[in-house]
Amino acid sequence: MISAKNLTKIFTSGDQTVVALNDLSFSVPEGQFLTVTGKSGSGKSTLLYQLGLLDLPTSGEVLIDGVDMVPMSENDRTMTRLNDLGYIFQDYAILPSLTALENTVVPLLMQGYSKEEAEIKAKKALEKVGLLDRMNNLPSQLSGGQQQRVAIARAIGHDPKIIFADEPTANLDSETSDQVIQTFIDLNREGQTIVMVTHEPEYAKLAHRTITMADGKIVSDIMNGQRH
Amino acid sequence: MADRIRIENSFSQNAKVGWYLAKRDIKQANKWTTMLIVAVMTFTFLNLVVVSGILVGLIQGSEDAQKKYGIGDVIVSSFINRAYIENTSEITKIIKTIPGYKNHTVRFGGSARVESNYRSTLKPGEVRDGAGATFLGIDPVQEDSFSGVSKFVIRGSYLTPQDQDSILIGKNLLYEFTPIEAPGFQTLKNVSIGSRILVTSGSVSKEYYLKGILSSKVDEFDSSVVALDSEVRKMTGRTDLNASTIAIQLQPGSDPVAAKQFLLDSGVGTYARVQTAEEAFPKFLQDMKSTFNILGNAISGIGLIVASITIFIVIFVNAITRRRFIGILKGIGINRKAILYSYMYQAFIYAVFGITIGMAMTFLVIKPYFTAHPINFPFSDGILVATVTGTLLRGAILLVTTVIAGYIPAKIVIKQNTLSAILGR
Repeated sequence: MISAKNLTKIFTSGDQTVVALNDLSFSVPEGQFLTVTGKSGSGKSTLLYQLGLLDLPTSGEVLIDGVDMVPMSENDRTMTRLNDLGYIFQDYAILPSLTALENTVVPLLMQGYSKEEAEIKAKKALEKVGLLDRMNNLPSQLSGGQQQRVAIARAIGHDPKIIFADEPTANLDSETSDQVIQTFIDLNREGQTIVMVTHEPEYAKLAHRTITMADGKIVSDIMNGQRH
Repeated sequence: MADRIRIENSFSQNAKVGWYLAKRDIKQANKWTTMLIVAVMTFTFLNLVVVSGILVGLIQGSEDAQKKYGIGDVIVSSFINRAYIENTSEITKIIKTIPGYKNHTVRFGGSARVESNYRSTLKPGEVRDGAGATFLGIDPVQEDSFSGVSKFVIRGSYLTPQDQDSILIGKNLLYEFTPIEAPGFQTLKNVSIGSRILVTSGSVSKEYYLKGILSSKVDEFDSSVVALDSEVRKMTGRTDLNASTIAIQLQPGSDPVAAKQFLLDSGVGTYARVQTAEEAFPKFLQDMKSTFNILGNAISGIGLIVASITIFIVIFVNAITRRRFIGILKGIGINRKAILYSYMYQAFIYAVFGITIGMAMTFLVIKPYFTAHPINFPFSDGILVATVTGTLLRGAILLVTTVIAGYIPAKIVIKQNTLSAILGR
């Protein structure tokens, strides 16, 4: 479903050159739950940004359903993010002036749904993450875990092909983190493809597959027994 | 995933999402900040409409007074090289047949010198206290019915048809009301009701009693010595009934141009000059009106620039502080046009509220106030000139300017790199 082919990302600052991703190639089949781990600076977040079309690689290809997304226009990449991808950021990244429901509705409106249709779909997504009763609350009225679940609802509301999560439990306590990870597992069981960056080895093990990175390279790519 | 909608982001879709975001942003915005922005828009609108409206209104008030009390809707006057209108009696008959005719007044004019201390013995080198003036002859009943001139008598009383030995004097000829001491500008001093005034026209002199003082803000009366028409004819050596001017009033809604054409078609143009009020206004009034209009527009323009900068700063600060959220919106697939529209809508909403309040204040408070209490300007009663069309046009200019002022800063912020905005770097 999504593949990286000879993916390289080089950052240049003055005379200094940092190779963040060094010629990576791998594929994520539909329905797989993949975790990416590694130390800070290993390139895992950079990898997520390239796969999620938030950034352009220096060279290489990002293929979604066999189509290389790198040469596409900014508008087409935005459209692809809207229709095919879902994002969950470390610090939730939900909009403070919108309620939980409105945060979830916005991408659906952009997809062309009417307000009524969008609200029905958004409510379903919020129900899935157990936040339907807080749908009219602003982010400031929700706990960190609840905000992260709003972010998940927003990411899944429009039925994306792939969900990208960048250390989604980094700012949460262990109990809430467990709940959030459980939500991902439940979504994956329903067939959702997920690529998640995490520092936590115990959460990494819960996925089908774990890629470990160091210095911009894949140092291990293992299938986890727990899920198989 | 089967029901996923895959369509291109159309204008309406971007506009819909933009509106959705704008409404919620304004709803969650600080109420005091919103009120302040709307107040800036309201005062900018008032600056656009009221400042130029009052400047133009000072002249408009003068023109209105000239039209109402002096010129009428159409005026028939002697040719420049002639002293009177030939066949005045015939022309008067034609005037009464104009479609939409309401009233007219026949005036006789000449020039005269007036003196007040002519009975005193002058010391060596001393000159008489006198002034040059227009000598205006009227039928007091007809004139009062036309212009209501009797209400402009601020001291003494108005003329009656029997007042052969009395005159009215305009305030511009009296030092008490026009205390100007300049070379070549002469006024009468120490004059009061009942004073004897010597009027000399050509070689004919006659002593009159001052019966009243006129203050109308219409030069026709304020710079004239007004006497009975028979007296003026006698003093200027005129034995016929040919007048200097005939001012004509039309019924409300009648077209002065059509009335003028009627007179020309009736042959009046052979004997006299026929002008509408617009054509007969003194050129200095037209020039002042144009100058005040330019001045008003310049002041309004500065106000418009200030408002644009205010909106620019407000939207820029708003967009900069939400740079990360703009990045997130782009990150989750919201088209940059939709985000841009949301800021343009916000600017639009601020402008619409400001303009609406400004319109209400203009037409419900300020204009009625100035109509009831005109500005007491030396040569006019200043009013506020604010037509619905002109005001709407100014509102539209402010609206467009504001939306552009909202567009530019939003565009600057939105075009920044998505990932950099999300990561705040």
